[in-house]
Amino acid sequence: MSDQVREQKDFTNAPLCLSGKGVTKIFGFGNKKTVAVDHVDFEFHEGEFVSIVGESGSGKTTLSKMLLGLSNATEGEIFFQGKPRDISSGRKKREYWKGIQAIFQDPFSSFNTFQKIDTVLLDCIHMRGGKNLSKEEKFNMMTEACHFVNLEFKELTNKYPFELSGGQMQRLMIARIFLLKPKILLADEPTSMVDACSRATILDMLLNLRDEIGMTVIFITHDIGLAYYISDTVYIMEHGKFVEYGKADEVILNPKAAYTKRLISDVPKIHEEWDLSTVDLMA
Amino acid sequence: MGKAMLEVKNLKTKYITRFHEDVYAVDGVSFTIEEGKSLGIAGESGCGKSTLALSMMGYYFAPLHYISGDIIIDGKNISGMDPDTVRKTILGTEIAYIPQAAMNALNPTQKIIRFIEDVVHAHDPKKDKKEIREMAEKRFAELGLPAEALNKHAVELSGGMKQRTVIAVSTILNPKVLIADEPSSALDVTSQKMVIKMMRELMEKGYIKSMLFITHELPLLYNVTDDIMVMYAGQLVEKGSAEQMVFDPVHPYSHGLMKSILVPEEGTRGQKLTAIPGAPPNLKRPPDGCRFAARCKYAKPECRYSAIPEREFEENRMYRCLMGVDELREVYGNE
Amino acid sequence: MKNTLRQVFHSSKFVAGFIIFVAILLLMIIYPLINPGNPLQQIGVGTFAKPGTYVSLYDATKAPVSTFRLPDAAEKRLGTSLSEEDKAAMVEWFEAVGADISDLDTNDTEKMLEMWDEYYDPSAKPKGMIRAKILYYGRLDKSLKEMGSGDGDSISIAEPNEEGVLEETKKILDTDYVNTKEVANVKTLPLGTDNFGRDVLKELVSATGTSIRIGLIAGIVATLIGLTLGLLAGYVGGFLDDIIMFVTNIFTVIPGFVLLILISYSIGQEQRGAAVVAIVIGFTSWTWTARSVRSQVISLRNRDHVNLSKLSGHSLVRIVLTDILPYIASYVVMAFILQVSSGILSEAQLSLLGLGPKTTEVPTLGLMMNWAMLYSAHTNGSWWAYFPVILTITLISFSLNLMNTGLDQVFNPTLRD
Repeated sequence: MSDQVREQKDFTNAPLCLSGKGVTKIFGFGNKKTVAVDHVDFEFHEGEFVSIVGESGSGKTTLSKMLLGLSNATEGEIFFQGKPRDISSGRKKREYWKGIQAIFQDPFSSFNTFQKIDTVLLDCIHMRGGKNLSKEEKFNMMTEACHFVNLEFKELTNKYPFELSGGQMQRLMIARIFLLKPKILLADEPTSMVDACSRATILDMLLNLRDEIGMTVIFITHDIGLAYYISDTVYIMEHGKFVEYGKADEVILNPKAAYTKRLISDVPKIHEEWDLSTVDLMA
Repeated sequence: MGKAMLEVKNLKTKYITRFHEDVYAVDGVSFTIEEGKSLGIAGESGCGKSTLALSMMGYYFAPLHYISGDIIIDGKNISGMDPDTVRKTILGTEIAYIPQAAMNALNPTQKIIRFIEDVVHAHDPKKDKKEIREMAEKRFAELGLPAEALNKHAVELSGGMKQRTVIAVSTILNPKVLIADEPSSALDVTSQKMVIKMMRELMEKGYIKSMLFITHELPLLYNVTDDIMVMYAGQLVEKGSAEQMVFDPVHPYSHGLMKSILVPEEGTRGQKLTAIPGAPPNLKRPPDGCRFAARCKYAKPECRYSAIPEREFEENRMYRCLMGVDELREVYGNE
Repeated sequence: MKNTLRQVFHSSKFVAGFIIFVAILLLMIIYPLINPGNPLQQIGVGTFAKPGTYVSLYDATKAPVSTFRLPDAAEKRLGTSLSEEDKAAMVEWFEAVGADISDLDTNDTEKMLEMWDEYYDPSAKPKGMIRAKILYYGRLDKSLKEMGSGDGDSISIAEPNEEGVLEETKKILDTDYVNTKEVANVKTLPLGTDNFGRDVLKELVSATGTSIRIGLIAGIVATLIGLTLGLLAGYVGGFLDDIIMFVTNIFTVIPGFVLLILISYSIGQEQRGAAVVAIVIGFTSWTWTARSVRSQVISLRNRDHVNLSKLSGHSLVRIVLTDILPYIASYVVMAFILQVSSGILSEAQLSLLGLGPKTTEVPTLGLMMNWAMLYSAHTNGSWWAYFPVILTITLISFSLNLMNTGLDQVFNPTLRD
């Protein structure tokens, strides 16, 4: 990563990568109906680092499942590279999944604990059509991927993912994305289970990865400070709706929606007074 | 200098693994918390901060074992006490402990009032139930918790409410020291703020005399506690006031930690986030010299061989490094 | 994998169960090698020969004779020929004629006989004694006299000579002994014979093998059906899940054993081989496995690694095989062990009701119990015909359950002590 300050780039004219219109998800029916995601519109551009910020229960994980194509939207349409996304059959789904990948919150449940690390990485190479490469080439690719995330592949061969620490496992996930080179990466709170130190490493690597592959990153988080640090564009989600979105600088430093203001004021800061008097304990 | 509420002297504890290996998780930790003060402990996961919290209760169960050192609460040494005595006479009245997942510790089949009765009866078996209810209602009202919560089951409360309820229940007997181990990490920011406010109120109203707060979120510590200690590989590496620790850290490891702070403030985007390379040492065989030497970019050969003592400087500050304070400040000032 | 195995063999419970089970298996393999032959061959004429060593009387008379003068020989001889019943009758007589029996020791045969000589009077008619009883005492006295006059007595063996007249060829004295090694035919029956005159031990070993095989087939069938249905219902979900759970619920609410009886009955005696019975047992006991596999799969289905595997474009079969099956493997192995154990018990229950495999081909533990029961082994004191069978069934299911508990403790850390 460069030492310079990352400029707030403008992506409004970049080609669309993933967008949605009136995307809605409703669970249950009748009296027990819950609207998890309520008619949201969004436009994610190529190469953009987008954060979706919201508290638990705001519907951000439900939205991420729909973006990934793991669950279907009740209403609305999602567009992939400008065209309506079609995931109606298994084959079409697999085709779509070639363009989108994910990193999940819990590194401990993200790996099949019965597969060695080599297998995990080899699988990625095979998926990218590298089945016929020589052993040496595959080894070099895996070494390169591990090197990218500051891991030594030679030390990892014949090891199982659970022998690594949480931070290392999450880095291995990034190495996986490095090999897969998708168009879109959806990162669902990838740092919430690791400590502040590993968090810095992982964020750093995600930024590098974005620049390396030129993909769109959709970063889902509850930590608005983190979103501000890492993203170009921020979407604030409350009760299944985007209450505010825009460039990170504008949204965070000059929030308009009351919810955004509250989120920002609820986070402890170091240069400003953290005002506890606004808290209503009976709420 | 106020009256020392909690004094820990050269505390050493270890874990014994299933394969009979010793892991020295807390290795010679000393500190003091004065009356009315709060102290924060920061460090990465696996540095021993949670073990330190467990060890301080004087209540040891396998695989955690006590080796040596003193834990003095308000002049009373509880180290080496029989676990049963500790449970009956210390926990709840002298010291209270709130683990990270405390909100999941509530038995779902019991009403909240029953937990309060249990806590009170453990120390005063004859106390009338009506009296306990009155006491609980009064305390809940003061801490901003609805009195109806007393008659509810844990599952009927939200996560933040549960965590606050647990704190209220465990401090009902006005313990002198409250140890909170990441009490708000599993909550969203709004609930976290409520938990913090409640803990501050407990301090202000004098229900708890002093507090030990453990978390890896430095901005939180900065806003909650008076002093901050940084722990690394079972030892303290630096100690100072919250202000000093965030804006004027000395130890290379503290510098690393402070660089990982992310807050939604102007300038965060511009700041360079640098992670400390490498991983903490294996505590089964801790290194002879400085435990951080392997990851420190200013490490000299002698750092790896000689044990580094804790060195005091300025007023009420301590660090553990071979380099001098001025030398460190100069080196990091030039970065 | 290696680590798991090491952990499994660190569990004392599993190891204990494993050792018992392997010992039974070894016995099953080794015993037929030592003692070959058809286990259903009827070697004895008549029912329930007691356990022990049988020496051919015919061959013993032809064996070379050695002479021993053993001091307690006569006494022992008397001891075995004077039955407990006779002794009780003698004591009864003494009482009836008013003899002093306060310090009488019934084990002291010589003293008993002395008293008998003293007190028995064929003409005496004790009060209240029926005639049949008095006649019985007459016969008892006669046999006792014969016994007592054994000193220096002998048995003659006569064979027809050239003219066809019997001629004494050999005299057997009470001091004559033969070495069992020199007797051509000695048969040891450690567990005697059953009602058909078969060697119970040989039959038991063969039956154990058959029963374990039945249990294994039943376990494999039940586990395969349960695993397949559970995986499909749990992973695919939706409508298929509803259908499978509907069928499973039907099988659950109909008592399994009743279903088993009905199916076995409708198949008919002739078609019921051991394998058929095993498959029928397996077919009625898969519901439990299906239900638990389904619930495990449902909780695994939403794990992130399954989602990632989907995103990697893997097929359903591959996801099930590599991302789900390994996680439930330990569970399935434990369920399988329990299915084997319950399969063996089910076979025993069925056979006891006469619905087991047909009786002409192979013995099973259940059939042996059935035969022993039909021929009233339990009422006539022939314990060897059924007790070893019960013990074997108990040991097998005990060892299997012990292994299961051990595995449970290894795979389920909350149960570790």
